[in-house]
Amino acid sequence: MRVDMDQAVAAPARVVRRLGGFKLSQRAREEILAYFCLSPWLIGFLVFVAGAMVYSFGLSFFESDMLTGSRFIGIENFRTLFFDDPLLLQSLKVTTLYSIGAVPLNTALALLVALMLNQRIRAQGVFRTMYYMPSVVSGVAVAILWSWMFNPDFGLINAGFSIIGIRGPRWTWSETWALPAFVIMSLWGVGGNMLLYLAGLQGIPTPLYEAARIDGANAFRCFLHITIPMMTPTIFFNLIMNFIGSFQIFTQSYIMTAGGPNNATLTMVLYLYRKGFQQFRFGYASAIAWVLFFIILVLTLMVIKSSQFWVYYEGELRK
Amino acid sequence: MNVRDLLGRNRAADLPRQELGITQLLLLLERGVARVLLYLIVAAGAIFFSIPFAWMLSTSVKPSYQIFVMPPVWIPEKFIWSNFVKPWSYLPWLTYYKNTCILVANGVIATLVSSSIVAYAFARLRFRGRAIMFLLVLSTMMLPMHVTLIPQYVLFARLKWVNTLKPLIIPFWFGSAFNIFLLRQFFMTIHPELDDAAKIDGCGILGIFWRIILPLAKPALAVVAIFEYTYQWNDFFGPLIYLNSPKLFTVSLGLQSMQTRTEIQVSHTMAMTVISIIPVLALFFLAQQRFIQGIVLTGIKG
Repeated sequence: MRVDMDQAVAAPARVVRRLGGFKLSQRAREEILAYFCLSPWLIGFLVFVAGAMVYSFGLSFFESDMLTGSRFIGIENFRTLFFDDPLLLQSLKVTTLYSIGAVPLNTALALLVALMLNQRIRAQGVFRTMYYMPSVVSGVAVAILWSWMFNPDFGLINAGFSIIGIRGPRWTWSETWALPAFVIMSLWGVGGNMLLYLAGLQGIPTPLYEAARIDGANAFRCFLHITIPMMTPTIFFNLIMNFIGSFQIFTQSYIMTAGGPNNATLTMVLYLYRKGFQQFRFGYASAIAWVLFFIILVLTLMVIKSSQFWVYYEGELRK
Repeated sequence: MNVRDLLGRNRAADLPRQELGITQLLLLLERGVARVLLYLIVAAGAIFFSIPFAWMLSTSVKPSYQIFVMPPVWIPEKFIWSNFVKPWSYLPWLTYYKNTCILVANGVIATLVSSSIVAYAFARLRFRGRAIMFLLVLSTMMLPMHVTLIPQYVLFARLKWVNTLKPLIIPFWFGSAFNIFLLRQFFMTIHPELDDAAKIDGCGILGIFWRIILPLAKPALAVVAIFEYTYQWNDFFGPLIYLNSPKLFTVSLGLQSMQTRTEIQVSHTMAMTVISIIPVLALFFLAQQRFIQGIVLTGIKG
């Protein structure tokens, strides 16, 4: 195996060395080999990303399905989307509400847990594992588990409520409570973020705290003036990634509610899936994809733009 | 923030002796109470996070008459282990697992091979357009997959690949932006002097990649492999779109089809869900350090 791989690796190098019968300069050889190494990504990028994006952008101006071919209709898809399609607006609303609920709560909870686990406590490893484990599992298994947890009559959540004498809501069967149920469920997967913040916290140099204490700062002031500013770069990066992720929520609504009840959990990707892969209206689905992309882009830019007001980078000079 | 720190600090600050009296004692007491409270909250939270797992396990071994009861039963009267066996007879789970294993194995190998070689070019080789191409890699990391989804589907449909495993196998051989980025960052930390030494010993450019970079980058490669493994194991959207015939279904699709069929017992579905998460949890426990390292290294959950 080792010998074979060595030969396989050596072969393209040999070809390059002898290319065209004359000797190439070392610089040129390196460049050709570089493009050889890059070729998987380059081809993939041109076909699956750049090519696909151009095609998708073009497709969004067509009425198109797999069977009848396509017809150019200009901006008709986008016009319909924004003015004649209450379902798109609904999906926009649902996805935005979910993100606004899930992302800040996740961030807050993750930070809180990380702060607690960052104290010198016994069995830290065990606790860390227990908090982190749920985030390893994802997708369909989690959706199935939680639709059972949220079962209004026999689920564990409402059983818990009934202990303290509250009749729990109908959760995924209720227009009002289906989305909050998704948010609660997302909190179960807080472990990934928690671990990141934990790493961030451990990266804060201890002399900062020592200096602050000598100056008479209490724990709360240390937290406010050292921990939070030092954590902002991590929080910032995480916020962006979480928003991008939360806008693409699909599995939960597909498995647990099928977008219902009464479209209360119709997310953008679920809507795109219906248009594209159930009705095979590729042009229209492409238009939805571009709306989604645009929203994510704007959101990312907004967070980046706002970062100068609240993100603190060590080594950066104050104005 | 613990007691010893506090005392140490006071000594260091050389406080007058009398202040170490009653105030200090009260402070210690306060610390103690805070500590107990901290343990209580952390433990309660950890239990809360584990309850869904316990509930799933409990449901999976229940007899059917103990499932739909209120208040819920935690420990069933009888343990019905056959819940774990019966679903294999009415759904082709062996096929689902086989298909999933194919996709997982392919995904891990394909990603490791393609992403590492591309990352090497970005980390070590000089070529025109390197900066701009790397910028492209970074920007595709942020691109939601749904933008390119439909053209890819159309392409695969033209190639007659829909309803085969090919659309879930071949694209992974072109490297993924995220893994390229991760590996490139790691390769950059390997000291270039090692390359020079190898070069003097007669190693070519690809030889350096094979003999120096890859062996030294094993931790990062493991992280990439673990991420890809969990991603492939949990993936639902890809199989949902590309696979129609049940003999091509993956575990995710199998679970979903159980969920939609109301005649199937909840305990059966739960039992199969339990089985389906074992491979991921097992990997997590085997490679916990790597998992955590991966999260910290990348800033993204797997």
